[in-house]
Amino acid sequence: MSAYKIIDHEYDVLVVGAGGAGLRAAVGLSESGLNTACISKVFPTRSHTSAAQGGISAALGNAGEDDWRWHMYDTVKGSDWLGDQDSIEYLCKEAPRAVIELEHYGVPFSRTDDGKIYQRAFGGMTKDYGNSPVQRTCAAADRTGHAILHTLYGQALKHDTKFFIEYFALDLIMKDGECKGVIAWNLNDGTIHRFRSHITIIATGGYGKIYYSATAAHTCTGDGNAMCARAGLPLQDLEMVQFHPTGLYGVGCLISEAVRGEGGYLTNSKGERFMEKYAPSAKDLASRDVVSRSIAIEINEGRGIGENKDHAHLHISHIDKKIIESRLPGISESVETFVGRDVTKEPIPVVPTVHYNMGGIPTNYKAEVLTSNGKDKIVPGLMAIGEAACVSVHGANRLGSNSLIDLVVFGRSAAQRAIELVKPNTPHEIISSSETDRCLDRFDRLRNGNGLNKTSELRLAMQKIMQSKCAVFRNEKTLKQGIEEIKKPYEGMDSIFVKDKSLIFNTDLMETLEFDNLIRQAILTMESACARRESRGAHAREDFPKRDDVNFMKHTLSWFNGKEVKINYRPVTLSTMSNDVQSFPPKERVY
Amino acid sequence: MIRFNLSENSKILKGDYFKDNTGSKNIKKVNIYRWNPDKNENPKIDTFEVDLTNCGNKVLDILNKIKNEIDPSLTYRRSCAHGVCGSCAMNVDGVNTLSCMKSHKDINGDINIYPLPHLKVIKDLVADLSTLYRQYESIEPWLKTKEQKSKTIEIHQSKENRKKLDGLYECIMCACCSTSCPSYWWNGEKYLGPAVLLQAYRWIIDSRDEERKERLKIVADKLKLYRCHTIMNCTNSCPKGLNPAKAIGSIKKMLATG
Repeated sequence: MSAYKIIDHEYDVLVVGAGGAGLRAAVGLSESGLNTACISKVFPTRSHTSAAQGGISAALGNAGEDDWRWHMYDTVKGSDWLGDQDSIEYLCKEAPRAVIELEHYGVPFSRTDDGKIYQRAFGGMTKDYGNSPVQRTCAAADRTGHAILHTLYGQALKHDTKFFIEYFALDLIMKDGECKGVIAWNLNDGTIHRFRSHITIIATGGYGKIYYSATAAHTCTGDGNAMCARAGLPLQDLEMVQFHPTGLYGVGCLISEAVRGEGGYLTNSKGERFMEKYAPSAKDLASRDVVSRSIAIEINEGRGIGENKDHAHLHISHIDKKIIESRLPGISESVETFVGRDVTKEPIPVVPTVHYNMGGIPTNYKAEVLTSNGKDKIVPGLMAIGEAACVSVHGANRLGSNSLIDLVVFGRSAAQRAIELVKPNTPHEIISSSETDRCLDRFDRLRNGNGLNKTSELRLAMQKIMQSKCAVFRNEKTLKQGIEEIKKPYEGMDSIFVKDKSLIFNTDLMETLEFDNLIRQAILTMESACARRESRGAHAREDFPKRDDVNFMKHTLSWFNGKEVKINYRPVTLSTMSNDVQSFPPKERVY
Repeated sequence: MIRFNLSENSKILKGDYFKDNTGSKNIKKVNIYRWNPDKNENPKIDTFEVDLTNCGNKVLDILNKIKNEIDPSLTYRRSCAHGVCGSCAMNVDGVNTLSCMKSHKDINGDINIYPLPHLKVIKDLVADLSTLYRQYESIEPWLKTKEQKSKTIEIHQSKENRKKLDGLYECIMCACCSTSCPSYWWNGEKYLGPAVLLQAYRWIIDSRDEERKERLKIVADKLKLYRCHTIMNCTNSCPKGLNPAKAIGSIKKMLATG
């Protein structure tokens, strides 16, 4: 591919993605003196972390007694015992320090009467190993992600992180199973860049856009996951897709769990508070998978609201107006803007909406990427953090407010590990151009696509298939159909049509590359879901309604070589990292 | 008499007309600024007839419909689609706004869409915000404390002091305000503009910050700050309902009362 002029860069460490996780890693790396670059396809504060609303979990104990071990228990239980307990221990133990660090960075947290960080109740967060609800979720009103993202970007500026903004990462540069950097495309001037680095940290977020209705941004296309898949690496637990119980009906935008944390509740068409039936103890503050399934059952059994009986109502009008104004201002604004309702007077129409990928690139708690040949093997030079990674702290179901804490705890952990591994300014070895050629060959082929299928049509077909065949409830029949049907949009790329042939800010081509990334993950998600013949967390199989610890207490690994899917498994880590806490053995999960 | 003319290559020409082929009666005409850096041509206005049946309520829904169904080469930034990321700022119907929050039902007649004004255009509706981002860096947007704080203890802040950040920390840096400000149009390189001054004030007024004086000194400059002539376009255009003019006024007051 001599047609493309390539601009070379050398860095000690390269971070791909500038959301909460990528920025936290970049801050730690830059602070340590490692020569660090951070590339992002959008300006950092446009990253999807900005959309996180309700808060960030940490057992600070500002609103009553709390203990990180309780937080750990809740997270293990929330994960339906698919989470790795060593990583969960690390997450919960480090959480308080990570939140205080954010506070010192300048995050404008809401405050308690005595000036401490305000904490609110959230689903699945309890006291004393499941006994009663606890206020553990630290919040900046209902704009916590926004506040954290902007603050972390400020810290990265303080520490002089070198940013490459509006650079779209195309592929990893691999040599003998080690990662040597990334090839990227600069949207602003159309040039191609080869970044060489001793360690590449993938922080590219989730891939919610494989579904038609998702709270995810347009940019949530899992580019890093797809780069790993193309490099022959496995992805883990992709069948674990979280449906947020309260996406705004007909719009898809997120209505924070904080609404229920502050006292909001759900009703069906009969006006019944149906969560009392499904989760007698936690009620509306049960885990997200439980609440989403409950709404789906209410709708399936004909008790949905509206002309099509296809949604539920979320009420907060009984809450003091002043509390709504101070703690849920963003929600009030969104509901007003998108469905024209006043939350202080009317209920909010909501429906379970795709929200988060528990699955992703398998890593250990140091953020090092793992592959497996029957045994775990670290991929040298490659790390993954944030929603892109599967550490796995969320297992089969993530608790609300555990994602923001995941970003900063493992962002920091990745930086620390990289600092241990890399000596500043170590020279880079020479790599052949074959990887670059292969990457640019794909780029060039898609760019010059003059076939019959528009990217938008293939993407829509994929999204509709995922939405109907891999929904809140799944079964063998729909998944088998899904596996067949999802091949069509993939094969459709053989005759792709890209109208814009230019290189500067060619969003037609970028969306095509993003579709190429999405469809690979859609295929693996469908196959992984079909292979897991049990129900666990977010993965609810109508034909296998029970959890099966004997056969399936293990992580799904899936590979896609462009033609065939391979599925394998690796064990869940039940042992803890230290003696500070005992492992929590599997038991029945009730809320 | 002296007459000023736009340079030849700045004149906006009439572009292509994309006629509806659905036969729908529910048609809206949308005029969009187009400019392709690869072609040595003037900018132009393309007109699209858009079928509003099965189209969401927002201007962004219309743009997505055009990109998906009529012209995939239409170029604009977008991401979250619910008013928190700030990507899709543009000039719609003569006002800077986020296209994902602006309802097209409020617009009578044709919809006219342009990039944010007075910025270098990269392509179509994508404008170059790099100057504004550099200015943001210049106000040092991070908390400054004199000494290292204990890593295990929060810096306390009263509810009252925290409340002073409301109306400031919510800014998503979409640049609608700065690019609606005539002072920023004339002196964009030197005047910091409403978006960045609002951010400056956000740190000046944070009770946890210990370098208020130095921060005020950084902005106390006849160009950086005092080019604000309280025209108020900033406050009128902010899609998040913030009031940058008031923040600028507060900085001026702090400097005046020392």
